[in-house]
Amino acid sequence: MKPFALFKKDYHSELRTRYAINSLAMFIIVALSVILFSIGNEKVPQNLTGGLLWVVIFFSAMSGLSRAFVSEEDRGTTLLLQLIAKPSTIFNGKLLFNLILVFLMNIVITLLYSALFEEFIIRNIILFLSTFFLANIGLAVASTIIAAIISKAGAKGTLYPVLSFPILLPLILISVMLTSYSMLGTSFDQALVEIMVLVCYDIIMLTASYMLFDFIWKD
Amino acid sequence: MNNYHLAAEQITKKFGRRLIFSDLNFQFQKNGIYGITGINGSGKSTLIKIIAGIISPSSGKVIHQFKNEIIDSTNLHNNIGFVAPYLIMYEEFSAWENLKHISKIRGIKFNTELFNSLMDDFLLLDRKDDLIKTYSSGMKQRFKFIFALMHTPKILLLDEPTSNLDDAGKESVYKIIKREGQDKIVIIASNEKSDLDLCNTKLELQDFKL
Repeated sequence: MKPFALFKKDYHSELRTRYAINSLAMFIIVALSVILFSIGNEKVPQNLTGGLLWVVIFFSAMSGLSRAFVSEEDRGTTLLLQLIAKPSTIFNGKLLFNLILVFLMNIVITLLYSALFEEFIIRNIILFLSTFFLANIGLAVASTIIAAIISKAGAKGTLYPVLSFPILLPLILISVMLTSYSMLGTSFDQALVEIMVLVCYDIIMLTASYMLFDFIWKD
Repeated sequence: MNNYHLAAEQITKKFGRRLIFSDLNFQFQKNGIYGITGINGSGKSTLIKIIAGIISPSSGKVIHQFKNEIIDSTNLHNNIGFVAPYLIMYEEFSAWENLKHISKIRGIKFNTELFNSLMDDFLLLDRKDDLIKTYSSGMKQRFKFIFALMHTPKILLLDEPTSNLDDAGKESVYKIIKREGQDKIVIIASNEKSDLDLCNTKLELQDFKL
């Protein structure tokens, strides 16, 4: 329940300060508009639309998900958090906030994307939903631990995408591949290896994050 | 009797190559008010943070014991009350909202009676529903005492407790420090003479620099 209490605090704080939501919403609108304008009346190959979806998701995540820890550091409230909760409570609470934010953000992006790009047709819904679910978990876990690492640094804005890129690259590559499969109508069984890679990525990121967070958080 | 025992064994702290203090040993066993003093940069705040478990010493260790059982560093937060000028509360919440959220995150029940009584003691009761960002710096400092006392901690760590306070604020703080010092260990890090006058024992930090 303690992580949920921290999530509720962050949720109420977000409603008052609009620290992450505004920048995320603006970024999603701007990114989709830029893609639409740059394409114009050109016909986009179907497999490219799947890739573009993950480009929008990756950069939107870069603009909003670091806020979980960076906002505490910017406001100077990190010390307060250290005084009221265990590191594991803090990580779980922040992860819960990022998970919900990632899912909401990516649902909005995907709905807008499918409305705006008529070439984006999913033929295997189950495969796409599994990819979407597992990739969002990986994205939230990786973003949370990277945010904790960079929150203590001076140049947070530039460090976050730089550090995220190599860590999120395997996740993005597999997600692009699986999205392409689900657009082609590949069966779930044929994509099982790639799905298992996503499951492994999530487990590894989650385990590494729990092992690392105590060290990152203390000094 | 509080049954709390705080011991520091051979504590050394360095930031990079800069030595702050070395081989610091002390034991605080009896209830009372203890002072940590020293010139600017001698490491008073650093020592308070090490005692609170917020930062680690470069070598040595701090042991917190309650009823002869060592308190694990991950559970230290619910045993400590901490006040410092660099402690910042959530400014977008009111006093009541701040402490309600904090109690839930700590996993303890929010005690409305204690909250109202502390807000009254620190002359803030009529401002309990106002956002913290509308408080003056002295009011924010007094509110930090309420934050530090709301979970009835076993030890109080006060770093420059009277900074930003006017005479009335100082009086209310001193009254509470004296009251708390009767049934728990209170540690004050300060250079203010009036703060240190409250202390039964003082630790001079410049004595621990090589």
